[in-house]
Amino acid sequence: MSLLVSFLAQQQPEPVQRVVDTVTTGEAISFWVLGPLALAGALGMLFARNAVHSALWLVVTMLSLGVLYMIQQAPFLGFVQIIVYTGAIMMLFLFVLMMVGRDSSDSVVEVIRGQRLAAALLGIGFAILMVGSVARALTSVDSRGLAEANTTNGGNVGNIGQKLFTDYLFAFELTSALLITAALGAMILAFVGRDGKPAKKTQKELVEERFQEGKRVGSLPGPGVFATANSVATPALLPDGTVAEESLFEVIEATDKSKLSDDVAGVAGTAHEADAHALKGSES
Amino acid sequence: MIQHVLAAENGKTAELLADDPIWLVLIKVVAIFAFLVVMTLFMINWERKVVARMQHRPGPNRVGPNGWLQSLADGLKLAFKEDIRPVLADKWVFFLAPVISCIPAFLAFSVIPLAGEVNLFGQQTALQLVDLPVGVLVVLACSSIGVYGIVLSGWASGSPYPLLGALRSAAQVISYEIAMGLSIVAVIMFTGSMSTGDIVGAQATTVLGFAPGWFGLLLFPSFAIYVVSMVGETNRAPFDLPEAESELVGGFHTEYSSLKFALFFLAEYVNMVTVSALATTLFLGGYHAPWSGDFMNTGWWGLLWFIIKTLAFLFLFIWLRGTLPRMRYDQFMRLGWKVLVPTSLVWIMAVAVIRTGAIQQLSTAQRLIALGVIVGLVLLVSFLLPDKKVQDTKGVPLAGSGFPVPPLDLAVPKSAPKRKVKVATIPQETAAVTTGKEAE
Repeated sequence: MSLLVSFLAQQQPEPVQRVVDTVTTGEAISFWVLGPLALAGALGMLFARNAVHSALWLVVTMLSLGVLYMIQQAPFLGFVQIIVYTGAIMMLFLFVLMMVGRDSSDSVVEVIRGQRLAAALLGIGFAILMVGSVARALTSVDSRGLAEANTTNGGNVGNIGQKLFTDYLFAFELTSALLITAALGAMILAFVGRDGKPAKKTQKELVEERFQEGKRVGSLPGPGVFATANSVATPALLPDGTVAEESLFEVIEATDKSKLSDDVAGVAGTAHEADAHALKGSES
Repeated sequence: MIQHVLAAENGKTAELLADDPIWLVLIKVVAIFAFLVVMTLFMINWERKVVARMQHRPGPNRVGPNGWLQSLADGLKLAFKEDIRPVLADKWVFFLAPVISCIPAFLAFSVIPLAGEVNLFGQQTALQLVDLPVGVLVVLACSSIGVYGIVLSGWASGSPYPLLGALRSAAQVISYEIAMGLSIVAVIMFTGSMSTGDIVGAQATTVLGFAPGWFGLLLFPSFAIYVVSMVGETNRAPFDLPEAESELVGGFHTEYSSLKFALFFLAEYVNMVTVSALATTLFLGGYHAPWSGDFMNTGWWGLLWFIIKTLAFLFLFIWLRGTLPRMRYDQFMRLGWKVLVPTSLVWIMAVAVIRTGAIQQLSTAQRLIALGVIVGLVLLVSFLLPDKKVQDTKGVPLAGSGFPVPPLDLAVPKSAPKRKVKVATIPQETAAVTTGKEAE
C-alpha cells in the first residue's frame, strides 16, 4: 500500500503548471444556470418587440457572461465586463433608446427583396462554422499555466496588467488611438458649427442692447393688475384708474365681442348656473 | 522592493476568510443585511433631526423615545399604502426597477471590512464577508448596475418628468463613475492590490512619527475627488438632479408608491452607507484607530472606529444637504468633466512618478534633475497658455457691473411738497450721507 502511495507521489513531476480540466460540482451548477440564462438573454434580445426590452435582455446576457468569467478564475475580467459593458456601454445604448421614445418598435416590412432568406442562410452557415471550430478548440486544448497566472507575480490582475503593458503594448496603444479617433469623429459629425452665424450673445450683452434700444426694460404688466378680476380678458389698470394698454392681450382684443359673450356672462355672473336636473336630459 | 514587501503583507484577510464555515458566512450575510437596514432607519431619522437643528426647529420628536422611531413608523405606513401602477407604465420593467436598484446596493457592502481579526463563536475570522482580489471593482460594478434601477424606473413610468430624471441620472452616473474610478487608482497604486482588506492593512502605518498613514492624508487630492464624486454617485444634494423636486416633481420616482417607493428610499440610503464605508476603507484607514500599537487597535474595537468614521461621512452628506443649493445641470457636468477628471489624471501621473522614484531608489542628484524637468515642463505649459482676455475699458458701459446705474451727474429735480407734513425736528449736526471726500 505504501509502495503504491510513493509510486503515485512520484508520478507527479509537473514540469508545466497544468490545471486538470475537471469541472467541479459548483462550477457545473453555475454553468447550467448561467448558460441557459445567457442564451435566453440573447434570444430575448432578438425577439423582443420593444427596443428597450431588447437592451435589457442583452444586459442579462452580459451579466451572465461576467459571472461565468468569475467562475473561470478570471475575476478581473468578470468585473470589468460588468463595469464597462453593462455599466457604461449599455447605459449609453439605453440613453439613446430613451431619447428615441418608448413606443418606437421595429418595422416588420422587408425593405430589400430576399433579405430575410439570405440572412437566414448566412446566419445558419456562420453558426455551423462557429460551433464546429469552438467545439474543436474546447475539446482538444487544455488550459495551461492558469494556476501559475493566478498565484504568482501579483495574481490575476497583476499578470493581466503586465501582459497588456509589455507584450501587447503596441496593440493596446493602437486600440486607444482608434478609440480616440472614433470619439473625435463622432464629435465632428455631431458638432453643429456656428460658421456664418453670429456668436451667441451673453446675458450682459443682451441687457446692454435692451437699454440701448430704449425699449421697455421691465416686464409687461400682467392682466388684472389693480383690477377686480385676474382673467386674461381683464386689462390691468394704472394707478389713476385708466387701462394699461400694454396689458391687453392681442388675440382677445382682435376677437369679435359676440364670440366672447359666454365668458363675459360667466364673469358677470349672469350665465346659467349648474343644474342638477340637467343630467336627466331634456325629457322632463 | 516595496512592491515585494507589500505583496508579502497582502492577502492576509483573504486567507483568514478562506476557511470560514458556511454557517459563519450565513451569519455574516444576515448581520450585514440587518446592519444596513438599521442604518437606513437611523439615517433617515438622524438626517431629519440634524437638518431640523440646522434650521432652528425641533424635527421629528413624537414617535418613540425622542422621535427616534419615526422612520420605522413611516416605513410601516408605506408598506400598507396602495400600490399604484400608471396605465402607460411598462408592466414588468416598472416592477423590476426598484428591485434592480435595491439588490446591488446591498451586494456592494459584502467587500467592506468592518473589523480586523476577531473571534466569532470560537472561529478566528475577519469581520468581512468576502475579500476578493478585485474588491474595489465590486463596489464600482454594483453602483453601475444599481443605476439601471433609476434609469429604468424613469423610462417605465411612461411619463415625462420621470423620463427626464432618468436621462439626467444616466448621464450623471456615467460621468461621475469615471471620476470615482480615477480617484481610486492612486490608492491601488500605493497598495499594490485592489482587495479592500489589503488596502486597510496598508494604512496601518504612521508617517512623520505621529500622523496615521491614511491615504486620505497621503493622497489628499484623490480623497477630495472621491468625496465629491461619491455625492454625485448617490444622487444626493447638491447633486440630486435626477429627483430635483423643484423641477421634476419627484424625478425618477414620481409615479412610484407603496413598497416600491420604499425600496428606492432604502436603496438610496444603503448606497450612502456603502460609499461612506468605502471612503472610510480607502482613505481613512478603515477599522484602524487614529494611533497605532494600542489594544484599541485589535479585535472588536475596530468595529467602533469603522462606525465612527462612517458616521462622520454620513454627517457630511446631511450637512451638505442642509447647506448647499442644488447645482444647475450644466455646472454639474462641467465640474465632473472639466475639473474632476483632468485633475485626477494629472494627479495619477504625479503619484506614478513619485512611486517610481521611491521604488527605484534614485540618488539625490537624480531626484533634483527630475524635479527640475517637471518644473520646466510646467513653466513651458504656462508660457504657452494664452493670456486672459483683458476687458475693453474704453467707453462707459450702460450697464456697469451687470446692473443699470444712474449717471453720476444726475440732477434730481426739486418737486414741491404737495402738503406740509409735520416732521419731528432732527438736530442736524453732521451730514448723514458723506460723499467720501470729507476724509481728505
